[in-house]
Amino acid sequence: MNIRKTSLICIALIVGSIGYAQNQNNGIPAVDVQKLDGTTFNTSDLKNNGKPIIINFWATWCSPCKRELNNIAELYEDWQEETGVKLVALSIDDTRNMAKVAPYVNGKGWEYDVYIDPNGDFKRALGVNNVPHTFLVDGNGQIVWQHNSYSEGDEYELFELVKKLSAGESIK
Amino acid sequence: MKLLYKSSFALFFLSIPFLIQAQSFDEVMNKGQIRGNFQLNMQYYEEDSIIGAQDVPEKILSNGFLNLIYTNGSFSAGFRYESYLNALLGFPPGYKGSGLVYRYASFTEGKLSVTVGNFYEQFGNGLIFRTYEERGLGYDNAMDGVRIKYKLFDGITLTGITGKQRLFFDYGEGILRGFDAEVYLNETVKSLKESKTRIILGGSAVSKYEADQNDQLVLPENVASFAGRVNLSRGKINVNAEYAYKYNDPSVDNGFIYKSGEALFLQTSYSQKGLGIVLAAKRNDNMSFRSERNQDQQNLLINFLPALTKQHTYNLLATLYPYATQLNGEIAFQADLIYKFKKGTFLGGKRGMDIQMNYSTANNIDTTLLNDESTNRQGYTSDYFNIGEVYFKDFNVMITKKFSKKVKGRFTYANLVYNQDIIEGKPGAPKVYANIGIADVTYKFSTRHSLRTEVQALITEQDNGDWATLLLEYSYSPHWFVAFLDQYNYGNPDSDRQVHYYNASFGYNNKGNRISLSYGRQRAGIFCVGGVCRVVPASSGVFLSVTSSF
Repeated sequence: MNIRKTSLICIALIVGSIGYAQNQNNGIPAVDVQKLDGTTFNTSDLKNNGKPIIINFWATWCSPCKRELNNIAELYEDWQEETGVKLVALSIDDTRNMAKVAPYVNGKGWEYDVYIDPNGDFKRALGVNNVPHTFLVDGNGQIVWQHNSYSEGDEYELFELVKKLSAGESIK
Repeated sequence: MKLLYKSSFALFFLSIPFLIQAQSFDEVMNKGQIRGNFQLNMQYYEEDSIIGAQDVPEKILSNGFLNLIYTNGSFSAGFRYESYLNALLGFPPGYKGSGLVYRYASFTEGKLSVTVGNFYEQFGNGLIFRTYEERGLGYDNAMDGVRIKYKLFDGITLTGITGKQRLFFDYGEGILRGFDAEVYLNETVKSLKESKTRIILGGSAVSKYEADQNDQLVLPENVASFAGRVNLSRGKINVNAEYAYKYNDPSVDNGFIYKSGEALFLQTSYSQKGLGIVLAAKRNDNMSFRSERNQDQQNLLINFLPALTKQHTYNLLATLYPYATQLNGEIAFQADLIYKFKKGTFLGGKRGMDIQMNYSTANNIDTTLLNDESTNRQGYTSDYFNIGEVYFKDFNVMITKKFSKKVKGRFTYANLVYNQDIIEGKPGAPKVYANIGIADVTYKFSTRHSLRTEVQALITEQDNGDWATLLLEYSYSPHWFVAFLDQYNYGNPDSDRQVHYYNASFGYNNKGNRISLSYGRQRAGIFCVGGVCRVVPASSGVFLSVTSSF
C-alpha cells in the first residue's frame, strides 16, 4: 500500500475517533511546567475551588502580552473579590529570558500564579500558536473559551465572561 | 522526504490498540480530547525595484501547517502537516512541498513516560541539548526517535533520548544519544525538606555519532558532551549556573579544528515587590554542536547558546541591529533592573511609574592563533578571563507611565554598538553606533476604542544612516484592529535609497481565530521571533495570515 495513503487513513481514523469525543472532555492537559523557583509543577493541579481560572500565555519579550497582564493587574483585586477568579500567567520564555520572569513579575507587583513553560510542552498541549493567548476554565475545570492576541480593552470582555462563569452560566 | 513518510504510518497504528483494548469503547472515547492549531501565511509579491524586491515567478507563495494533538488520559498522539507551496521569501529553501513532518505517540504508566516519534526536549539550560521549533522562522530541529522519562523516587527525574534531528523534510545524518538526571534535593534528602533554600542539581551527557567520510582528516565519529548544573533559590534570590564541556568536534563552523569546547552560563536574580534585578554572564568557546558537521545557519543545532541581550520588540530596535550568539566564541554580560515608583511618591505621581534598565555586552573571547593546521589542528588558545573584540553593546532605559485614565505612555532610549563584520559577516564593514528614541502612547477613547501611536527614531552615522518609524494602531476591542506603519530611511547616504517602507494592515479576532491582511513593503533585514533571527529579503505585496487554535 502506498505510504502516503496509509498515513492518511491513519489520520482519518484518529480524527474520526476524536470527533466522537470532542464535546466530552475539555479539561486542562496534564503537563509538567516550572515554578519560579525552578521546581516542577503539574498543570493537572491547576485548581480554584470551583471558581473560574484564566490561563494566559505570555513572554517577557511580548509587548501586547505585558500590556494585557499589566492592565488586568490594576483590576485583578476587584475581579477576585467579585468572582473568585484566579489568573495563571504562563510564561513561554526560554533559557535566554527565563531568569527575567520572576524579577519582572515582582517588579510589576503582579499577584498572579506564574509558571514557566520553557520547552513549550503546555503550549503545544493546548494548541497555542502565538502569544498572548488566553483560556477560560470554568468551575468544573473545563476549558470553555479562548482568545488569541490582545487589544486595549479586551479585558472587559474577558471579565464579562468570568462573571458569567462565576455565576454558573454557560458562555458557549 | 521518504524517510518521514515511511515512519509516519507505523506510529499511528501504534496508537489505535491503546484506544480499543480498553474496557468499553464509549467510556474511553468520552475521556478523549483534541487540541491543535492551524496557520496559513500567504503573500502575493509585487516587483519593487526601489527597495530591491525581486520578481517572484510564482507570484503567490504560501506556508501553512496544522497541528493536531489527541489526548486520552495518559495517552497522547499527534501530528503536524506542513505545506510550503512554495515557501515564502526568506524561508530556508529546504522547505519545499508538503507532508507529515511531525508525529508522535506517548503514554505514561506510573512513573514512566515514553514518547516515540517526534519530540522537543531540553536538558537544563540547553547548553548541550535542546530541540525546539520556531514556526514563524521555519526553524525546527525536532528529534525523531525515542524518549523515556522516569521519576525514580522523590525528586529524582531521569530522561533518556535517542534519535535523529529534523532537517526540513528529512533528517540529519547524526544519531544522538543523551541522558539527563535532575535531583530536587529538598525532596530527595529528608533533612532538607523544611529548608528555605531550594536546591536542584542536574547532570547530562549527549553523544553524537556521524560517520567519517573525509579523505584528508581523521574525524571523530563519536563526539561526547557533558554538562552539570545547579539551581539555588532562597526567598527573593535565585541562582542558576551550568557548565558544559564538549570533546573535539571538527566542523565547518570551527574550521575543522580538534580543540574541545566549553560553555559557562550563570544567571542570578533578586526580586521583591516593586523591584527586580537580574545579573547574567556567559562564556562559550568552540561550542557549535550539530548533527552534521558540514551544516551551517540554524540547521541541525543540537544545543542552544542563548544570547544574553535584551529581546527588543519595537521594530527599529528589534529588526535593524539584533544580536545572535556567536557559536565559535563569546563572552557576554547582562544586567537588568526593574523598579516601580509607588503611587503618591514624587516620581510615581498619582498613578505610579515604572522604570526598566538593561545593559548588555557581548565580546569575542581572547584568542591566540596557533597556526597548526598541518599538525595538531588545535586552532588557538584562549585566556579564560581576557575579553576580545566587541561584538555588541546595548544600554537601554524604558519608562512606563499612566498620565490619566485615557492616556498612558512608554518611553525608551537605547544606545547600541553593533559589529556588522562579525554578526552579519560583512568583512570590513564599520561598527554601527546608534542612538534610538521611542515614544509609545496609547489613547483610550472608551473602554473598547483605543489608538496606539509609536514614534521611533534611530540615529547613526554608519550603515544605512538614520531611520524613523511611525505606527498608528486603532483597535476596536474585542474583534477588530487596523494599523498603519511607515519606516522611513531618511538618512540614507545614498539619496535614491531614502525610501518609505509603508504597510497598512487590518485584522479580525474571534475566540481562537485570527485573520489579518496587509499591504505594503517589507524591509530587507533580520526578522526575529522569540529570540531566533533569520535574514529576510525585501518584498512588496499583499500578505494574508489566518491562524486558528482549537
